[in-house]
Amino acid sequence: MIVLRRIGTGLVVLWVAATAAYLALLAAPGSTVDSIIGDGADTPLIRSQIVQEWHLDRPAVVQYVDYLWRAAHGDLGRSYLLQRPVRDVLGAQLWPTLKLALVAAVLGIALALVLAVTTRRPWSRRVSSTAELVLVSTPPFLIGLVLLSVFSFQLGLFPVSGDRGAAALVLPAVTLALPIAGVLTQVLRDGIDRALDEPFVITARARGLRERAVLARHALRHALLPAVSLLGWLGGTLLGGVVIIETVFGRPGLGQVTLQAVTSEDMPVVLAVVVFSAFAYVVLNTAADLACLVIDPRLRRS
Amino acid sequence: MIAIRDLHVTFPHRRHTVEAVRGIDLDIEPGECVAIVGESGSGKSVTARTLVGLAGPGAVVRSAKFEVDGRDARAFGPEEWRRVRGGFAGLVLQDALVSLDPLRTVGAEIGEVLRVHGHRGDRDLRVRDLLATVHVPEPERRARQHPHQLSGGLRQRALIASAIAAGPPLLIADEPTTALDVTVQAQILALLGERRAAGETLLLISHDLAVVARLADRVLVMRDGRIVESGGTASLLSAPSHPYTQELVRAVPSAATRGRRLSEAGVVAAPEPSGDVVLEARGLTKRYGRHTVVDDVDVRVGRGEIVGLVGESGSGKTTVAQLLFGLVAPTAGTVTFEGEAWTGQPERRRRARRRHLQLISQDPLSSFDPRWTVRKIVAEALPRGGAVEPLLERVGLGAELLDRNPRQLSGGQRQRVAIARALAPRPSLIICDEPVSALDVSVQAQVLDLLADIRATDGTAMLFISHDLGVVHHLADRVLVMHDGAVVESGPVDDVFHHPRHDYTRELLAAVPTLEGEIR
Repeated sequence: MIVLRRIGTGLVVLWVAATAAYLALLAAPGSTVDSIIGDGADTPLIRSQIVQEWHLDRPAVVQYVDYLWRAAHGDLGRSYLLQRPVRDVLGAQLWPTLKLALVAAVLGIALALVLAVTTRRPWSRRVSSTAELVLVSTPPFLIGLVLLSVFSFQLGLFPVSGDRGAAALVLPAVTLALPIAGVLTQVLRDGIDRALDEPFVITARARGLRERAVLARHALRHALLPAVSLLGWLGGTLLGGVVIIETVFGRPGLGQVTLQAVTSEDMPVVLAVVVFSAFAYVVLNTAADLACLVIDPRLRRS
Repeated sequence: MIAIRDLHVTFPHRRHTVEAVRGIDLDIEPGECVAIVGESGSGKSVTARTLVGLAGPGAVVRSAKFEVDGRDARAFGPEEWRRVRGGFAGLVLQDALVSLDPLRTVGAEIGEVLRVHGHRGDRDLRVRDLLATVHVPEPERRARQHPHQLSGGLRQRALIASAIAAGPPLLIADEPTTALDVTVQAQILALLGERRAAGETLLLISHDLAVVARLADRVLVMRDGRIVESGGTASLLSAPSHPYTQELVRAVPSAATRGRRLSEAGVVAAPEPSGDVVLEARGLTKRYGRHTVVDDVDVRVGRGEIVGLVGESGSGKTTVAQLLFGLVAPTAGTVTFEGEAWTGQPERRRRARRRHLQLISQDPLSSFDPRWTVRKIVAEALPRGGAVEPLLERVGLGAELLDRNPRQLSGGQRQRVAIARALAPRPSLIICDEPVSALDVSVQAQVLDLLADIRATDGTAMLFISHDLGVVHHLADRVLVMHDGAVVESGPVDDVFHHPRHDYTRELLAAVPTLEGEIR
C-alpha cells in the first residue's frame, strides 16, 4: 500500500518536472525553427519544410499533449541538432555517467562509514572533522584540478582525460566522492554520538558487548537513518557534479550532452535530461523512504 | 560478592572535577537485597554503574578495596570487565522503551547476551524460556516484536529477561519501576520479589522509599556522594536517626500526612468549603474517530477547593485538562467557568476570562521561552506595572534569580517560577497537570507545601492531576478516579481511598506501595 502510494506520487513528480521544463523552454527566446536550422542554410523553403516535418504548425497545447503521450511510451523525440532519436543520443552517453556516479557513490559511502566508525578518539576525530569541513566547502572542480595536477601531471599515475580503462575512472570518481564522504561522515558521526548517549547503549554494554560490537550492532544502525534520508540529496549532488567533472576530465557522458544541448537550444534533449534527472531523483527518494522503513520498525505503524 | 571500601568516582568537568561518589563502603552478600536510596545527583546510579565498570566516559574511579566475586576489580582489564557484565551482574535500567534498542526485536536483544557469553544450544529456545520465566505471555510471538509494540510492563519484563539471560548471580536494578504505571509497577516489583525469594542477590537503586521498603533487606541512604545512614530496612525507615533520612521519610506524602507540612514541622490550614462553584463540566466527551478518549465525565470544582484527578497513563486525565482549559473542543458536554458558559464560546470572548484559569505542567522548562529571563516570564503574566519581586518571594525564590534563564534553574526553582507565573493574574482556578512528578521527594514536599499555602491564603481552587495516589491523598479535598476515559469513582478523598467501592480503585490502591504499609 505504502509502496503504491510512493510510486503514485513519483509519477506526479515526473509529470510536473516534464511540464515545467516544457513551459520553461517554450518561454525561452528564439523560435524552434531557428534552433533546428542552427548554422545551416536558411531559406523560406527550408523553413516551411522544417515546420511540416516536425509538425510545428499545430497549436502549442496539442504539441504538449503529443509530447507527453509519446514520452509516456518511451519516445523522447528527435534531437534538433544531431537529427537522431533522443533515446539513442542519451543511451550512448548514459553508461559512462552512471558508471562514474555509481563508483563515486560507493566510494563516498564506504569512505564515510569507515571514517565515522574509526575516528572515535578525540585526536583522530579532530583531524577527520577538519578534513571533512575543508572537503565540503571546496568546490568539486577545484578538488578535481588539484588531484589532476598532483596525480596526473606530476606523478603521472593516472590519465589526464578520456574514458579508457579503469585507471581513467579513479580521479573523477575520487573528486566526486570526497565531498559526499565529507557530508556523510559528519551526519553519521553525529548520529553515532547521539545513539551512544541513549540508555540502550548502557544496557548493551552491561551485557558484556565489546565496544566495536556496540558500534556495529546498535549505534551504527541508528546513525544510518539520517544518512539514508540524504540519499536524494546524494543523487542530486552526483548528477550536478557529473556535468562539471566530466568537463574537467574531458569524459564523455550526460554532462557533455546536456551542456551542448542547452547552449544550442536542442529542446528534446534538454527535456529528456530534465525528465531523466527527475526520474533518478524520484527513484532515489523512494528508495530512501523504503530503506528507512526497513531500518526503523517504529515507522512501519501507520 | 561485592566488597568495596572508600570508593571515589570523579568526572572531569571543564577545568575542574565533579565528585559524584565521595568515599562509600558497600558490601553485598549472596542472597540479600540491598537498596541504595537517594535523590537525583546523590551518586546512587554512578555507584551502581561503577560496579560493572561503566562509571561513564572520563570517570576516575579510586578505592581502597574493590572486590567483585572475590577478585580485585581494580586490576581488571576490558576483557575481565566484559565477563563481569552480563555474566556476573545483570543491569536493569529505568524505561525499557529506551533501555532496549528500539530498532531490534526483543528476541535479538535477549539473544545477544547469550551469544556474548557463549551460550551453547538453541538460542531461540532459551530466549523463549527466559521470556516465560519473567511471565511474558506468548513468548514466541513477543520475541519477534520490537519494544514499541509491547506494553510498558511487558517491555520491562523483557529488559529483565535480557539482564538475567546469562544467569548472573547479581541483578542490579536502577530505578526499575520509575517510568511505570502503579499497577504495572506492582507486577514488576512482584517479579523482582519472586527472584529475591528464590535466593537471588539484588541491588536496588531507587528514589522511592516505598518501593525500597517493599523489597530490600538493607538500605543505604546516599546524599551528595556519601552514605549518610544505613541499616535494616524496617528499622531505618521507621526510626531514621540521620536528619536527612528523617527529612526524606517525613517528605513522603500519604494519607497520614494530610493537613501537615511535608518540608518542615507545622500544619496547613484548609479553608471551609464555601459552596460556590468555580468550574463545572457536565457530560464531557471527546472522541477521535471511533476512539473515545473521554467518556461522559462530570467535574465540579468549588471555590478554594482542591480536586484530585487520578488515573494511569492513557486514562484520559490530560485530555480532560485540555478540554477544561479550552485547548480542545469537546465532542459533547459543556463547561461552565465562574458561572458563565466556557465551551462553545468563540476564543475572542474567552480570551479576557482566561486570566482566571491558569495551568502548571509537569515540565515547566518546555513551557518557558528558553531565551527569556525569569523576570520577563513572570512579568508577562502580570497586569501592567505589577511587580515581579513580591510574587517570587511568595513562591520562595530570591531576587537574585530574576535575570537567570530557565535553563540556569533547578527543577524545583523552575516549578516555582511556573507557579509564580500562574499566580500573577490572580486566578480563581489553577489546573495542575502532574506538577510534582519530575521532582525529587524533598523538592516535591516544598512545592506541595507551597500549593497548600496558596490555597489557604488566596482561596485559589485547584484541579490536581496526578498518577501518584499519595500526593493526591495528601493534598486534595475530593478525588475523581479515571479509567479508560471514564470517571469510575469520585468523592471526598478519605472516603474514596479508605473505602473504595469500584474494583478498579481497589486494584489501584492495592498496587501502590506505601511507606506505612510496607514497614508495619
